[in-house]
Parts: sequence; structure tokens; C-alpha cells
Amino acid sequence: MTDATQTLAAETLATPAASALETMPLGRALNAGLRKAMQDDPRVLLLGEDIATLGGVFRVTEGLKAEFGVKRVIDTPLAESGIVGASIGLAMRGFRPVAEIQFDGFIFPGFDQITSQLAKLTARHEGSQAFPVVIRVPYGGHIGAVEHHQESPEAYFAHTPGLRLVSPSTPHDAYWMIQEAIKSDDPIMFFEPKSRYWPKGPVDFASAGVPLHASRVVRVGTEVTVVGHGAMVSVLLQAAEIAAEEGISIEVVDLRSLSPVDYGPLLESVRKTGRLVVAQEAPQNVSVGSEIAATVTEKAFYSLEAPVLRVSGYDTPFPPAKLESVFLPDADRVLEAVDRALAY
Amino acid sequence: MSSDAMGHGVRPTAESDPGAAPVQLLDTAGVLQVSDATAEFLPVIEALSDDTLRSFHRDMVLTRRFDDEAGNLQRQGQLALWVPSHGQEAAQVGSARATRPQDHLFPSYREHAVGMVRGIDPVDVVRLLRGNTHGGWDPAERQNFHLYTLVIGSQTLHATGYAMGVAIDGDYATGDPERDTAVITYFGDGATSQGDVNEAFIFAASFQTPQVFFLQNNQWAISVPVATQSRTPLYLRGTGFGIPSTQIDGNDVLASYAVTLRDMDAARAGGGPRFIEAMTYRIGAHTTSDDPTKYRTDDELQSWVARDPIVRFELFLRSRGESDAFFASIEEEANDLAEDVRKRTLALEKPDNDSMFRHVYSERHPRIDEQREWLSNYESSFGETS
Ligand SMILES: Cc1ncc(C[n+]2csc(CCOP(=O)(O)OP(=O)(O)O)c2C)c(N)n1
Repeated sequence: MTDATQTLAAETLATPAASALETMPLGRALNAGLRKAMQDDPRVLLLGEDIATLGGVFRVTEGLKAEFGVKRVIDTPLAESGIVGASIGLAMRGFRPVAEIQFDGFIFPGFDQITSQLAKLTARHEGSQAFPVVIRVPYGGHIGAVEHHQESPEAYFAHTPGLRLVSPSTPHDAYWMIQEAIKSDDPIMFFEPKSRYWPKGPVDFASAGVPLHASRVVRVGTEVTVVGHGAMVSVLLQAAEIAAEEGISIEVVDLRSLSPVDYGPLLESVRKTGRLVVAQEAPQNVSVGSEIAATVTEKAFYSLEAPVLRVSGYDTPFPPAKLESVFLPDADRVLEAVDRALAY
Repeated sequence: MSSDAMGHGVRPTAESDPGAAPVQLLDTAGVLQVSDATAEFLPVIEALSDDTLRSFHRDMVLTRRFDDEAGNLQRQGQLALWVPSHGQEAAQVGSARATRPQDHLFPSYREHAVGMVRGIDPVDVVRLLRGNTHGGWDPAERQNFHLYTLVIGSQTLHATGYAMGVAIDGDYATGDPERDTAVITYFGDGATSQGDVNEAFIFAASFQTPQVFFLQNNQWAISVPVATQSRTPLYLRGTGFGIPSTQIDGNDVLASYAVTLRDMDAARAGGGPRFIEAMTYRIGAHTTSDDPTKYRTDDELQSWVARDPIVRFELFLRSRGESDAFFASIEEEANDLAEDVRKRTLALEKPDNDSMFRHVYSERHPRIDEQREWLSNYESSFGETS
């Protein structure tokens, strides 16, 4: 089936007539965004496991070692705490490090350096030192991989004051948001939906760019709002497509930023539809989706016709690959919640 | 020893290596090395029965055949991933054969030969890498061969804690060979950079645990050469932590057996932890997702193919008069094994949905109860409407 995310991205991007519009996969768009950031600022450097000679296990950094050399594209020893801790020191020295964590489930050896150090050092320096560190994390399921390779650990970091979290869902957003992340003086957790690395979509290199923390309505509808981020956005668009055939009008919001959440467009949408379903791959308990449900309930209570419903992974470890399609919310599970919301 | 057991071009410079040459008992031509350096180990080797020596060969050949077949199954879409062990059979079989029934083994994820020596069903590993399970076997039913661990280095601390427990229980240094227990843990050269592994060395040294750290230095951590992890031969790291350490030719099954036996015995006897660095090579890709031509040369690969552990040991056995018929019978057994693995892999059924919830906790949990019930109702409503 055709991918509605890209159709919509194409529509919204159609503005500049003589634009440099190119179609490419999200992984390549990130590669282009990293290259541009490195060209624009000689203090940007990349570090991680297998990112230089190999170009990363997903090839996101392919060719960058050849272009920028081994001082700016660094294959590190196999140690995530080392990667993050050293990034902190590099930032103190005036570099803008972009660290790659090879897979979602391997971020945890670096958890202490991220949450106890990186997240707090700006405040501890009382403004005398910024920590412009970007941590790129390929995350999420749908790739049929073995344990620790399909997780969605966003909530741990969204819970941590001092970190910003974003997650692009389209190649265009990826190209621009990685550059914005690198320009930010704050630590950014940059979550890359790895199942979206390969599908192609348009990237407008001449557009005005994409702000780092801006949610966006990607499909207009009237009866129920559904919101999600990363790979979930294409599932939501599929669900909206199916619902439309049944005469139900769904509005889809791409969160794009998880911390802070840009509530403006979301609340506006909920005030219009009166119903909200939040979808995510992560387990539900104490998740980003739970936070959004609580906040929307607080801020738009009188507009709601139904409780905010969550569709999530189950509160189990991410299961073996053979069960991933049972665990991961699909269009049917989203629609089941939509039906429940409409039934109120 | 001849220099051929060492990697070319991927090792730290010779002058940074103040240690002795790696222990090698068989050279690449399968000739037993008789020298002052090997004298300590020769009686152990001479005491091995013909049947035991044959079993070393059999273990290595069966594992390699299984490894090849699993790689084929992966390429045919039957497995999510395969992690080849080709080239590392001698390090694994020798060390595993040096363990006793009561010992505990904590593998990484490439130790198929170790697992097979300890009696795992190869299809257990297939189920794990097919995506049917995150576990695959009950260690208590598989001669204390614990589960694979994919997060690099974590298992070394589990092994250390287990060994602390053995010591607290007094199940070592009693002189009773049926009771004295040691623990062995396997990890790679990349893993030596992880905090967990270094903390395991520290705990082991601090508490003088009965355990052996068995490092398979296969020269690469995916695309990263060992020189990025360490500028000193890795066995000297162990020494730095106060753990007696030995570097061995990891493609020599007899060296692996003899040195591991010595070190496990020392650990069982209360001598504290030991560290073994087995110099070997991953002949295949890191996993079936990897393309090693992107980062290593064919010359390097060929230099290690020339040191194949199985070829070397076969030459040794032939020099002792082992018959063609024996080697042919092992070949046949290996082919049967591969066929059996293939057949049973193709017959594997998808795990049921409920298995996702079944063992998240040991005791009942309301959130699990609620969600498993929701899923089961959801699935059945789906069945009715469609
Ligand atoms: C904590 C962690 N970080 C990253 C990875 C991804 N990864 C899997 S295997 C591997 C290389 C391991 O190399 P080594 O320890 O030498 O063992 P080998 O695979 O060569 O046997 C990496 C980086 C991981 N599994 N766990």
C-alpha cells in the first residue's frame, strides 16, 4: 500500500516552486543532515560504535569518515558510558558532539552519564557552560530483530529534567531536525524510528526548515484526534485511511517532540474533535502517552466527550520477533480505541 | 612458539607486550610442541584417552556443521539472525571440556560449541535466534550452561556474583572433586571496554572468587579492530587487576583445554580468579547482518583460515594413527545433525500470544492479568467479526 505519511509530507512541502526537492529514505536524509551540520560548523563531530569505517550498522554515517576524517568521525571503544561521558568532556572543550547509540536497548550502560551527568550539568554550571550534546538513538520495533534491538525507551529520558527529546517521522523532518538538534545548546535525545530508515519520502533542501519542538497536524479530520510519534505516525495515517472508508473522520497529529511536547496544535485539535487516542510502541505504564493523556485531560477537560485513551505496547518486555506484530499497536488496535472513544 | 598463532596487523606492537608467548601445544601442522614452555601441560595431554581426544574433534566438527546449517537457514528466511562461531571452535571446545558437571558457565552469544558440549539442544539456540524466545533453555537442565546475553559484557558480573555465592556457601576448596565448584564466563575483545567487565574483574579480585574469565579475542568487535579497545595485549589487563592471566593460542584445542583445566582447578581449590585470553579469529561475518569486506582484508582472513582449528587437530589425530573411517563417521554424524536441525527448525511453531505475559513476573500481577485478558478478548472478537 502507499505510504500516507509521505503523500502528506509532499503536500505540505510543495510550496517553494524552484525547490531542491529530492526523494530519499530517512536514513539517507539523516546522513545528509549530519553532513550539512558538519560542513556548517567545524566543531561538530560524531562518535559511536562502528560509525566511521563501517558507516554505522544502519549506514546513517556512511561516507562521513572519508569526507571529514577520523578526528571528526570517531569509532569508539565498545562502551556506552564512555561514549556519553566523553561527549560531555568534548562539549566542555567547545565541540558539539553527536553520539550514536547502536540500538535502543544498548543505551542503558550510558544511562548514568545521560541522566545523572549530562541532564544536570547545565543547571549545575548555573549558566556558565552549555552542553550541546546530541545522542542519536535508533529505536522501535517492526524490524523482526532479536532481544534489545526493538525497544522504545523514551519515557526514561522524557522523565529526566534537563533533556530534550525529539523523534522525526519523515525524511524531510529528519534532515532538518537533526540540524536543529545539533544547533541547540541543550542536550538532545534524538530518537530515530529505525523501521522508517528505508521507506523513501521527499526532502526539500531549500525549505525554511523544521523547528525542533513543533507538533503538526498531518491529516485533517473532525471526529477523533489520534496522536503519536516516529513509526507510529504511519500506522495512525493507515488507521485514518481505513476509518475514512467507514465514514469516520480522524485527525492525525505527529508529535515530533516528546520533551517538551508542543501542546498547542494538539489541544486545538482535541477542542475541535472532543476525542483523543494516544498511540505509542512503548509499554503504557508511566509512559509519554500517559503524560499526554493527563495533560490534555487537565487542559481541555470541558472539550472532551470521552476519556483520553491510550494504545501502547503491553507492559511486558518487548517480545521475541515472532510476536512483535502482536505487541506493537497496529491500525486495528488504534481503530478499536477510536471506536471506544466514539462510543462515549 | 611460532608467530603464526598471533594476528597480523591488528595487534598492538610487540614491544608493548612484555608477557610470554601464547601457550601453544599444537602448531598449525598439528605437531605437539615439546619445550620448557609446554612442559607444565604435556602430562595432562598425555593422560587424555583416545576417546577424549576423538570427542574434541567431534565437538568441533559438529558445531561447525550446525553453525553452517543455521547460517543457511537464516539466509532462507528461517531465522531472524545468525551469529557464526566458525573459527572459534577450539577455544570453546577445549575450555568447555575442562569444566566439571557442577561448574557453571556464563556465555555471551557466540558460544554454540560450549553449549553443545554442555548438552544444549542446538535447536534451543535456533529458537532464540529465530525470534521464538528470548531464553531457549533451562540452565539447570543443560548442565549449568546459562542463557546467552546480548548486552555486551553483562554476563561477566552475573558469573562473578554466582562465584561469590559459591564461595559464601563454601562449595570450593574442600578437596572434594564432586563438590568444589568453579564458574567460567565467556566474552569478547570488544566487551573488555565495558564498565561491567572491568567491574567484574574488580569484584572477582576483591573477593577472590572461584572463577575463570575466558576471553575469546577474535580480533574484531563488528568493524572495530581490537587495537581500538586496547593498546596492551588484553591478558595483561587481567594482570593489572591482580588476576593471574595467560594468553593462549585459541585455535589450539589442546592449549585451550590444558590451560583452562589448570585455571579451573586453581579456582576450585581456592586460588582465586584466573583470566585466559584465547587468540582466535571470527572467520565469518559478525552476524548475518554484517558485511566484513567493508572493514577487513582478505589477506588477514586467509592468514587465519590457514590456522584453522579443526584442520590442525585432525592432522594431530592422524599423526597418532586415527583412521579415515573415524573422520568419515564424524562427517556423517555432522550431516545427520544438520539435517535434523533443519527438519526441526522448519517444524517450529510460532509461540502463542499468551507466552508474552506468562513469565514477566514470578507472582501474579494485576497489570499483566488485565492486559492478557484484554488481548485474549480482543483476539477472539477479531476472529468472530472477520
Ligand atoms: C551494550 C551493547 N552495546 C552494543 C552492542 C552491539 N554489539 C553487538 S556485538 C558487538 C561487538 C562485540 O564484540 P566482541 O565483544 O569482541 O564480541 P564478538 O561479537 O566479536 O564475539 C556490538 C557493538 C551490544 N550488543 N551491547
